This record gives sequence, structure tokens and C-alpha cells, in this order.
Amino acid sequence: MTATPLLELRDVGRTFSSGVFSRRRVRAVAGVSFALEAGRPEVFAVIGESGSGKTTLARMILGAISATEGAILFRGRDLRSVRSHRDRLGFMRAVQPIFQNPFEAFNPLKRVDRYLFASAHRLAAAASKAEVERLADTALHQVGLSLAEVSGRFPHELSGGQLQRTAIARALISRPSLIVADEPVSMIDASLRMTVTNLFRSLRDELGVSIVYITHDLATAYYVSDRIIIMRKGEVVERGEAAEVLRAPQHPYSVLLKESVLSIDSSNGGDAIPSR
Amino acid sequence: MILPVIGDLLRVNREFALGIVMTGIAVAVALASFFSPYPPLDVYVVPPDVPPGEAFLLGTTSRGQDVFWQLTEATRNTLLFGIAVAAISRVIALTVGLLAGYLGGVVDRVLMSINDTFMVVPLFPILVLFYFVMRDRMSWAMLALVMASLGWAYDARLIRSVAMSLKSREFTQQAVFSGMTTRQIVTQEHLPYVLPIVFSTTLNNLNWSIGLEVTLSVLGFTDVNTPTIGGMVYWANQHTAMVAGVWWWIAAPVVLIATLFIGLFLVAASVSEYIDPRSRLGRIGADK
Amino acid sequence: MRDLHAHYRVSNFGIRRDVRAVDGISLEVGRNEIYGLAGESSSGKSTLVKTIARAIRPPLFHVGGDVTFDFRSTGRVSLYDLPADELARLRWRHLSYIMQASMSVLNPVRRVRHSFMDFAFRHIGMRPPEFWALVAEHLGRLHLSATVLDSYPHELSGGMRQRVTIALATICRPDFVIADEPTTALDVVVQKSVLEMIREVQQQMASSVLFVTHDMSVHAYLTDRLGIMYAGRLVEEGPTRQILRRAQHPYTQHLVASLPRIGDRTERRGLEGRPPSLAAPPPGCRFHPRCPLAMPVCSQEAPPLVNIAANHRVACHAVKGGAA
Repeated sequence: MTATPLLELRDVGRTFSSGVFSRRRVRAVAGVSFALEAGRPEVFAVIGESGSGKTTLARMILGAISATEGAILFRGRDLRSVRSHRDRLGFMRAVQPIFQNPFEAFNPLKRVDRYLFASAHRLAAAASKAEVERLADTALHQVGLSLAEVSGRFPHELSGGQLQRTAIARALISRPSLIVADEPVSMIDASLRMTVTNLFRSLRDELGVSIVYITHDLATAYYVSDRIIIMRKGEVVERGEAAEVLRAPQHPYSVLLKESVLSIDSSNGGDAIPSR
Repeated sequence: MILPVIGDLLRVNREFALGIVMTGIAVAVALASFFSPYPPLDVYVVPPDVPPGEAFLLGTTSRGQDVFWQLTEATRNTLLFGIAVAAISRVIALTVGLLAGYLGGVVDRVLMSINDTFMVVPLFPILVLFYFVMRDRMSWAMLALVMASLGWAYDARLIRSVAMSLKSREFTQQAVFSGMTTRQIVTQEHLPYVLPIVFSTTLNNLNWSIGLEVTLSVLGFTDVNTPTIGGMVYWANQHTAMVAGVWWWIAAPVVLIATLFIGLFLVAASVSEYIDPRSRLGRIGADK
Repeated sequence: MRDLHAHYRVSNFGIRRDVRAVDGISLEVGRNEIYGLAGESSSGKSTLVKTIARAIRPPLFHVGGDVTFDFRSTGRVSLYDLPADELARLRWRHLSYIMQASMSVLNPVRRVRHSFMDFAFRHIGMRPPEFWALVAEHLGRLHLSATVLDSYPHELSGGMRQRVTIALATICRPDFVIADEPTTALDVVVQKSVLEMIREVQQQMASSVLFVTHDMSVHAYLTDRLGIMYAGRLVEEGPTRQILRRAQHPYTQHLVASLPRIGDRTERRGLEGRPPSLAAPPPGCRFHPRCPLAMPVCSQEAPPLVNIAANHRVACHAVKGGAA
């Protein structure tokens, strides 16, 4: 434990205040701590339902909003000190987001390749056009696409799965060490969901990228992640190895959550299907 | 992409076609000014008070000017004035609206308090006051500038609200994390979304500024030496044209300004109906 | 319903395109049955539901086919032959609708009580005290207290709101309830309780439910029979259990196999390609460009739905049914 962790959260909290006179305060996240170690890439799942503060947590890790309590350290540096434009670019080179809705993640009036090229140009410091295209093509190959398939296309010409893979490729261009994925598969069809989830595994194993996987879906979290935390109303109620926690949850809320997951093996009309 | 859309609109939407024709007449009249045989400011170049007829298409004025050629010059100036006001105020509205909406926070609060000030300021008295302060220095360009700086506030608010909703969409975050600068995001990602709105408000703004200019000049609160449509009516009134029976001196500018007004209004109305997000949504899917 | 055709006619200032969102679908929903309709985005399931309820507005047009209901009190009615006022009378009383966005059903600025007044009072024809007693009893059935009547929609949680809309849709004891993704927007814990609620109410009222969702596990939990839609067509239909355990159509097989389960980390594959555009569907079987079992005949002829077992129909050339 001598090495500085890749990402460390120390008692992170965020309070939103609203209203001009009453100053109603809402605690979206409170006292969340965890650390991802450098040099040991993993998929770290944050599980919670709507209102559990998981999206707020994601936005804090990405530096889009700041924590009101505690500290978030990326490679030992407090995110609050990442203020200047140069620091922000440096941070974005290492930490990249993947969004929930692939159809929303690209401007429908613009070609999707512009985001790939902008990333290559501004984040990966590619100078020439050929260099920019080479970087984009390499990243697209890592997600099973190629520049020829994507270049010049508008978002409505691509499928949800292709768009989400393009978004992942864009995030990969600057060779980040951490990807924050907020509900990346909840808006895409089941038949494409596994393509994206499998991709996370290969990013971790082949490219050594750590992934903070934020989701409400226990089944995919179980399938893909190494460690998980379960959040409720802004607080972590349970944490541990994914397989362990989901096999035998301890906290009453985690138990309830697991029991509520419907499976295609679950009972139907009173008749239980014999398990295989 | 724009041309076939205009073609479709012309074929299907009668209001749009009528509006285009009416606006087109006014524009044609304005363009004719380039062929005018008389310098626009000269008086007594033709016999005064000749009724419309073969020699003088729309008659002549009591000041010895040909009404038709005077009208072409006046229409051109009035249109140019309207376009200048609309263009300047669009630039202000776009800059303020997009920046306030995207940046938010302090920038937003400062810009919006300025914006709200301009929104509640009573326009007409201010313009009249300006005239009395400036008097002879009140040129055409000056008036355009003043009106432009008074006419952007409402649209800036509209644009800001669109920019705010665009800011919360995922593609804006995608652009941010692609390393794009604020300028790139505002001009390349958000501007295309507000342009259709800007287009239809431009037409409305054009109408508004022309109307205001006409009102001011009819009352003589502008530089009456530059021939404009309102200025024509002003001079006609000065010479008591209606009493003297020189009705064509007033009728010609009134008919023309009515044509222009209704034409612009019809185009603006049909265009804003067309860019209604619901019908636009269908178009985005249908486009190739 | 038999041989239903409904096309979206997308007309944009003169350019006309037909989007065949529902293309020749025939299905039957029995009395006292929960029929599930599954399919991914743009498979046409929402369009089908709108067509069944005759809740279609331009740009959607009903092109052909008929929807027949056999209500207990009215006998057989053919929905597309009915005059508009008859149809209005039928709605809520016999045929009702649970939608995904509960907020859009409940008027946000009025108390829930008003919504019951607006929707149901006219149809039931009782005097007010008896009517409210009935409403309270019905709410009790959904484990809601009568106090929700005096709340505004925004004061209720998502799950409560959805239960209120279910109460609204079922208060008149309709014979047929259409539920279009009613639980998709809810959290898993709430979803399970709402699904239980739907089943309870359905059993007490002995009504038929057409339940639409893309989530196969919800179908497994709730529905008796299941129809799978792909690109505007029904590709497989049968008892839910049988479909989930012995899916015949390659698309269904894939859907079932791709679902991850807790306790099972074996590798699962995604399906390549994308659902076809309904404006220009591929010829023949619409699944063939993505199908692992595609044969030459698949791109030429659309396979008919054939019975392969009792109550089990499949539309696939690769499946050799007993009856085919």
C-alpha cells in the first residue's frame, strides 16, 4: 500500500441546497470512501436505485461538480486543485466518461467522427490529419469497429450498439487509465447489451483500464465487475467482492435488492420452473 | 438542404408562398432604386402634383419628385435599416443567450440582469428622447444601432433557455470531454440548434424594427432627409397631401409597407410552424 | 385481432414515406389471461398496442385488418367499425390502458381525486357516496390508503403514482387492460411490488391483460403467454415458460440466452447488426441479415407462423414444425 492509488475517495459527500429563503438542503451523497489501486485494473461497480446518489458520485469523480465534504484524489492529487484549463485537459486525458444514452451522446446534427477527431487532436496531441485518423482508427478497432464504418456518419445512421461502442472508442483515444460509465447499457437493447458489457472486460484485461461501472442492474454488475459497492440514499450500505456480495448479501437493503431482481428463471403464474 | 425545404414549403404551404411573393414585390421595388434616373435627394426634378398616369407611373409629389422612383429609394433604405437592426441585434442576442445559457453561474446572472433591464425599458419614449438629445446628429446608422441594442433582450432569453437545455444533454458533456473549447461548443454544437429559432425571430425583428422606424419617421423623429417609407409619409403630411388631393403620395408608401409587413409576417409564421420541434423531429429522421 | 396492418405515414411537406410498424399481425388474447408482448426498441410493439386500442392519430394510419373484442356485457364488437361515440363509451369501461408515464395521465395541478372523477365517475353511474366508497375499496385492493385521493401527483412516489394509474385503469372492472411498459421507469424493488399488484388485481377481476415490455425477466415473472415481435412482425408465440425454456426462433433463443444471471458468469455474446429500418425492411424473413442460421430461402420468402406444438407458433424456415 505504498503506491499512490489511482483513484481515492475519502468520506466524500455532496449537499445540494435549493430555494432562495428556506435553503432546503439535500444530501445526495454522504461519506463515501473507496480506492482503486494503480497498476491493478478492475471493474468497480456502484449499484443503486434512482435517488441513491450514484450519478452525483459519477459527476464528482469526473470533476463536473465538486464535493462539498471529503476529498477525491486522482493519483494523489485533489480534484479541487484541478482548475486551470491545462490541468483540466490533463485530467481528461486520464479520466473519461461514457454516458447512459448512446442516442443522446452525440449531437444529432453533427457527424460522430468529429468527437473522435477532437479527442485525438486536443487530448492525444495529434498534430497532422493522418495522425488524428490513425488514432481514431486504432481506438475504433479496439471496440470492434473501424474508421471506415463510422467516418462521415450521422448518429441516426448508426445503431445503438455502434454508437455506444463509438463513444467508448472516443474515450479510449487519449489512453485513459480510468473510465467512468454511468448506466452505459440501460438504454440499449438486450441483444446489444452484452456486446458492450463484454467490451468492458476486454478493456480491463487487454488495455489495463479501470472502470467505475455505475448501474442499477445487479445481473450485469455480477457478470462484469470485480468489486462492488451498494448505495442507498447517498450512503454505502455494503461493499466487497462482487461475486461474494451478490451471492450472499448481508445488509437488509442488499438482500431486498437481490430478491427483487426478476430472473427469467423466476416463477411464472405460480408454477416454478425447475432449475437446470 | 435548405433549397429543397424552401421548394417544399412553396408547394405545400400557401401562406408561405403568398408571403414570399409579397416580400418579393417589396424587395423588387427596392432593387429598382439602382436604376433610378433621379438623385434621390433632389427636389423639383419633375413637374409637381401630376397624378398617376403614363408619364409618371405613380404620379409626382408636391416637391417635384417622381413617386415611383422615390418609393424605390425609400423602400431600399427602410429594408436596409430593418436588416441592419435585425442583424446587429441577432449577434447580441446570440452571444448573450448562448454564453449565459452554457456558462451559467455568475456570467448568467450578470448577463440576465442586463437583459431584464432592457426588457422592461419602454422603447418608444427612449427613442423619442434619443432624438431630442441627438437632434441633428441622429443619423440612420445611429438609429439602427440604438434600436438594435434595445431589441435583443427578448430573443436572448429564448436562446438562453434553449442553450440551458442543450447544456444538460449528454452530447455537450461528450464535447467537453473530447477537449473542445467553450467557443467550439457554443458555436459548433449549440449554434445549429438555435439557428432555426433565430431565423424566425429575425423575421419578426425585421418587422418590428421597420414598423418602429416608420412610426418614428412619420412623426418626424428621425433624420427626415434620408428617404424612407415613413419619411415619405412625413413629407406628404407636411405638404398636406391628403387635403391638397395628392392622395397617391400617401397611398403608394402605405400600400407598399402593408405588403411588406404582411409578407414578412406570413413567412415568419409559416417558418416558425415548420421548425416546430415536433415536425422537425420527423424531418431529422427522414433526412439523408 | 387478426391480420392487423398499421403504417406510419410520414409526410413531410410533400415527401411521403410509409413506415410499416405493424405488418400483418394476428393474435388472440384469451379471457383471464396475461398475454405478454416482447420486442426491442423499434420492433413495433407500441404501435401495435395503439392500433389495438384504436388510439391512433396521424401520422399513424390503420391500413388494414380488424380488432375484435368479445366483452362480457356487449358481446362481439369490431373496433374499427364502431362510431366514435360508441368507442368513447367502451374506453375505460371495457378497455383501458396503463401507460409508462404515469405523470401524463394524472393532472399535475389537481388532486388525484379529480382524476378519478374525470375518468371513472361518468362510466360507473353511481351516486357520489357509493362511488367514493367503491374507489376507497379499490385503492385498498392495491394497498393504497384513501388519503392518496387528496394528494397531488408530485407528492406521491413513482411506485405510488403507478399504482394510482393502475387503480384508475381498473376501477371500472374492464374486461381488457393494455399495459404498455408500466414498470420500466421504476426501480427494481418497486417494480416487483407493482407487478404483484397487477397480477392480484387481474386475478380478482378476471380480466385479460396485454402486457408490453422489452424486459424478458418481467415476462417470465408475470405473463402466461408470450409473443415475440421483431421488426413489425410476430416471430414466435407460445406459453411463456415454454418459450423461455425451449425457444425455437433464433432471435428468441438469442434474447433468452443473452440475459445475464446472478450466480452465472459464463461468457455471453451480443448480437451483431441492428434492427432493420421499418421504412425499408429486408426482403423475406426480416431477421435473416443477423441470423446465425440464415439460409438462401430466408432472404426470398417470409416464413409463415406455423404451429410446432400446441399453442406454440414460430415463423422461421429453419424450424421444422410438426404441422408445417
